[in-house]
Amino acid sequence: MRLYWTSLWAILAREALRFVQQRERFVAALVRPLIWLLVFAAGFRAALGLSISPPYQTYITYETYIVPGLCGMILLFNGMQSSLSLVYDREMGSMKLLLTAPLPRGWVLFCKLLGSTAISVLQVYAFLGVAALFDITSPGWGYVTVLPALIVCGLMLGALGLLLSSFVRRLENFSGVMNFVIFPMFFLSSALYPLWKMAESSRLLHDICAVNPFTQAVELIRFALYVEVNWAALGWSVLALAVFMAAALVGYDPARGRQR
Amino acid sequence: MKLLTAAAALLASTSLASAGEIWVTNEKDDTVSVISTETLEVIQTYDTGERPRGILFSKDFSRVYICASDSNAVQVMDPNTGKILNELPSGDDPEQFVLHPNDRHLYIANEDDAITTVVDTETRKVIAQIDVGVEPEGMAVSPDGKIAITTSETTNMAHWIDTETQKLFANTLVDSRPRHAEFVKEGSEMWVSSEIGGTVTVFDRETQAEKGKISFEVQGVHPDRVQPVGFEFSAGDTHAFVALGPSNHVAVVNAETYEVEEYILVGRRVWHMDFNEDRSMLFTTNGVSGDVTVIDVASRKAIKTIKVGRFPWGAAYRPTPG
Repeated sequence: MRLYWTSLWAILAREALRFVQQRERFVAALVRPLIWLLVFAAGFRAALGLSISPPYQTYITYETYIVPGLCGMILLFNGMQSSLSLVYDREMGSMKLLLTAPLPRGWVLFCKLLGSTAISVLQVYAFLGVAALFDITSPGWGYVTVLPALIVCGLMLGALGLLLSSFVRRLENFSGVMNFVIFPMFFLSSALYPLWKMAESSRLLHDICAVNPFTQAVELIRFALYVEVNWAALGWSVLALAVFMAAALVGYDPARGRQR
Repeated sequence: MKLLTAAAALLASTSLASAGEIWVTNEKDDTVSVISTETLEVIQTYDTGERPRGILFSKDFSRVYICASDSNAVQVMDPNTGKILNELPSGDDPEQFVLHPNDRHLYIANEDDAITTVVDTETRKVIAQIDVGVEPEGMAVSPDGKIAITTSETTNMAHWIDTETQKLFANTLVDSRPRHAEFVKEGSEMWVSSEIGGTVTVFDRETQAEKGKISFEVQGVHPDRVQPVGFEFSAGDTHAFVALGPSNHVAVVNAETYEVEEYILVGRRVWHMDFNEDRSMLFTTNGVSGDVTVIDVASRKAIKTIKVGRFPWGAAYRPTPG
């Protein structure tokens, strides 16, 4: 049992160390959503028609609308980033050390996932803090209730990253992941526009958005920021987490997966 | 422990202060919606005459007066039962009105007739009709009851009426289409909003001279859509909350410096408003979106928007009886 804890600590510490040493990464992760919030949203202010949809109780500005989506964006990019780092680890050989540890592979991967999620959540809070400086706020308790939602979504998107890393063989292929996973996931979601707005232009697009796990993650965060639980979104997010994690385990299984 | 008692005191004070109702006239539905200031939900809807607009309560809150514009009458309703007790002769097309501090005389603007009608609510008789400019709309009475104001939308003037003689004693020009007037700071200042001019003009009561003018600029909204209409003052008359019509914002104006401090997003085409009892919450009527937005005065944030009837127009507060 002690071995499990030691390994958990070791992997978390390694993630934390990597995070602290790569200050540019932290800044980059913060700047990206802030550009969306302060530049893109400013230009798009009038684009969002006035309509009240839950969990909002009154009319909101576009800036307020996209905050949960940008939290999701941080989690998504970080999930992919950790996937990238796994591919890097594999190329550098440090993954061998990790995977040959006398521990179930699932546990090792889970620790890795937990580590990257913890860092993502910290970054989301930093982003929410800066947004609050620009007077884009949520109810006070929302900052507490959003924590479990962020953890679930962070794990889910991190698991997706793990799954992808079991497929991506080379670092160079990562741009493909960008094009075929991150962008479609982000744009085909409720992060930037509400789904009812999507339905106005295309029913099909709306349905694609609705089944996108990233939409569910964003909605879970959106409701949690307003001290509410969106049970459907929670259910779908947990289900997606389970599926991605299981698939990642298969992917990393030496007997069956592509990882040997 | 100290914190706990403070929290308990806060809870007690808010629950005490917030027991009340906001009455909203729905212009297109011919109804009034009653909103609880505690639950922030519509708890009752009563039928009225045609096109209800201005609404106010008698001093003891036992009667509610409603301008039924297309019925050409001011209706007197029992607020506890919703029954129309009687109708007052009001002249044609009454839009806004104000109750004299004597709790008896209503000053009514008759939009189509270019007159202000003074009605005695006890005898139900018209006691005076005063010729004013074209399309009178905004109405105000000074707290001491000596001066009444009518603003005329087309003549672009505020008309100063001596309530003893029921005659005009001064006319002051304001910007295009004045909509609403209020006396503040114990009646020493009189404010008038101009819808098309996009300004609020402040007059000195004694000299009837212009003391200041406030303009508005909402980021991302075309200036034509910034149309100040109704306004109300926070506790102590320190700040004015000004409804800016189709710009969908309420401006918070410092009543000392006449500077706009903040704009708050509300529903579409916001026109009038009223506070709850301790003035901690402000309720604005949003005509086009058919709802009422609740603003937390301390944080200056919209906290909730409540669906009411079609085209909500006026708003008035009364404490919950009993």
